[in-house]
Amino acid sequence: MAEKKIKIIVAKPGLDGHDRGAKLLSRIFAEAGMEVVYTGLRQTPEMIAETALQEDADVVGLSSLSGVHNYFFPMVVKTLKGKGLDDVLIVGGGIIPKEDIPDLKKAGIAEIFGPGTKTDEIVDFIKKNVRS
Amino acid sequence: MTIDYAEEVLKGSPRAVARVITWLENDDERAKACMEKLYPHTGNSYVVGITGAPGAGKSSLTDKLTHHFRSNGLTVGIVAVDPTSPFTGGAILGDRVRMSELTNDPGVFIRSMATRGFLGGLSQATGNVVKVMQASGKDIILIETVGVGQDEVEVMRIADTTCLILVPGLGDVIQSMKAGVMEIADIYAINKSDLPGAHQLCAEVTNRLSQDSYFKKKAWTPPIIQTVATEDIGISELLDSITSHRNHQVETGSLLEKRRERTRQETLQMIHYELFRIIKKHLSENGRMDKMIEAILSNKENPYSLMEQIVSECIRLPGKS
Ligand SMILES: Nc1nc2c(ncn2[C@@H]2O[C@H](COP(=O)(O)OP(=O)(O)O)[C@@H](O)[C@H]2O)c(=O)[nH]1
Ligand SMILES: [Mg+2]
Repeated sequence: MAEKKIKIIVAKPGLDGHDRGAKLLSRIFAEAGMEVVYTGLRQTPEMIAETALQEDADVVGLSSLSGVHNYFFPMVVKTLKGKGLDDVLIVGGGIIPKEDIPDLKKAGIAEIFGPGTKTDEIVDFIKKNVRS
Repeated sequence: MTIDYAEEVLKGSPRAVARVITWLENDDERAKACMEKLYPHTGNSYVVGITGAPGAGKSSLTDKLTHHFRSNGLTVGIVAVDPTSPFTGGAILGDRVRMSELTNDPGVFIRSMATRGFLGGLSQATGNVVKVMQASGKDIILIETVGVGQDEVEVMRIADTTCLILVPGLGDVIQSMKAGVMEIADIYAINKSDLPGAHQLCAEVTNRLSQDSYFKKKAWTPPIIQTVATEDIGISELLDSITSHRNHQVETGSLLEKRRERTRQETLQMIHYELFRIIKKHLSENGRMDKMIEAILSNKENPYSLMEQIVSECIRLPGKS
């Protein structure tokens, strides 16, 4: 059997038009040896979940800068579960106030990475927690 | 209860299709049993390859073509291949960005794949991935190749019709014609025909193709279609020429011939691959491989006679001692 690669969807839910953060994250994951599906701007939770399904993704990475995380992140989790994708690791990042983090974790986001997070830390977290 | 993945693929379950594709990519042993069951249900769809330089508009054209196929009532499977970095082993698969609208269409299944070191513009598993999509009931399969380099010939082996996408201002076309990339195409699309230089490019390609036909008579003359993928211009003409090429191949019997040759190559390749795997495993298990390498390095053995010795040890054909 060939070496398994981690497949990660990088998505930016919401309507704002900046994807620099998401593109940078994509590069970081690719540099770490992962196969990164970059989906582009303005993704709905349904589109993100369907992409994860078709790509058989191990991880979904959500990036948000526009303050929509409290609505969108849990919606993505719910939509993924609705499609039976229970073992997909979901992580979030971007500009997210500390006080929002506990609720997001309760909603099923495995970890939230703030703007200052070291990229190694994100990569390590994914490698440790991804389904085997 | 265990899931019968082959059965689920045949029912069209996207989840099962996605999982079997992963097995194929990873060379997982579960793939083989599955493919055995799926094989009788493959070969019913038409396979179209989309190749051309990075940025030529392959993904945009694939997106627009798919919309047209869908409005004709056909379902579509898309395989989009991007390169694996030889340094990190990672890959950025960005083709879905141009196909966003198709994501929620249940009649469309898109899979992005990395080359994982395979050369020729595709990944090793692409041929089998196409088969899984066929077995799941997709009418049309579109393959978008990597588009790097001038050796994008693999797609021709898998696709029934290959479209080469050219754009004005992306280097010397005549150069790539010389290198042989041009020979693979059944249809030429001059995309970004909204940009300056498109007419000249069109003239160059027309000229070159008519020179070609002077040297070798071909039953099929590749049409040249001008497109603007972003504006949905020329797409129905492109689709029409795909249909014409298909009809031509059906009428002349060349489609059958192509598929016969493909089956021959695939079967040989599978045997080759399996033999290699078995022998490699056999040699690695008892540490013999390492000993052989040392013997070669210290001039006690040479790889040529070792090769013959190993092969005759592992393979006995009837009638040969
Ligand atoms: N002007 C113009 N731009 C186009 C056209 N088709 C695609 N593009 C743009 O070219 C870029 C690359 O397109 P893409 O489909 O990703 O190319 P690929 O790398 O071959 O898959 C994108 O910015 C597209 O919007 C076209 O017909 N005209
Ligand atoms: Mg592309």
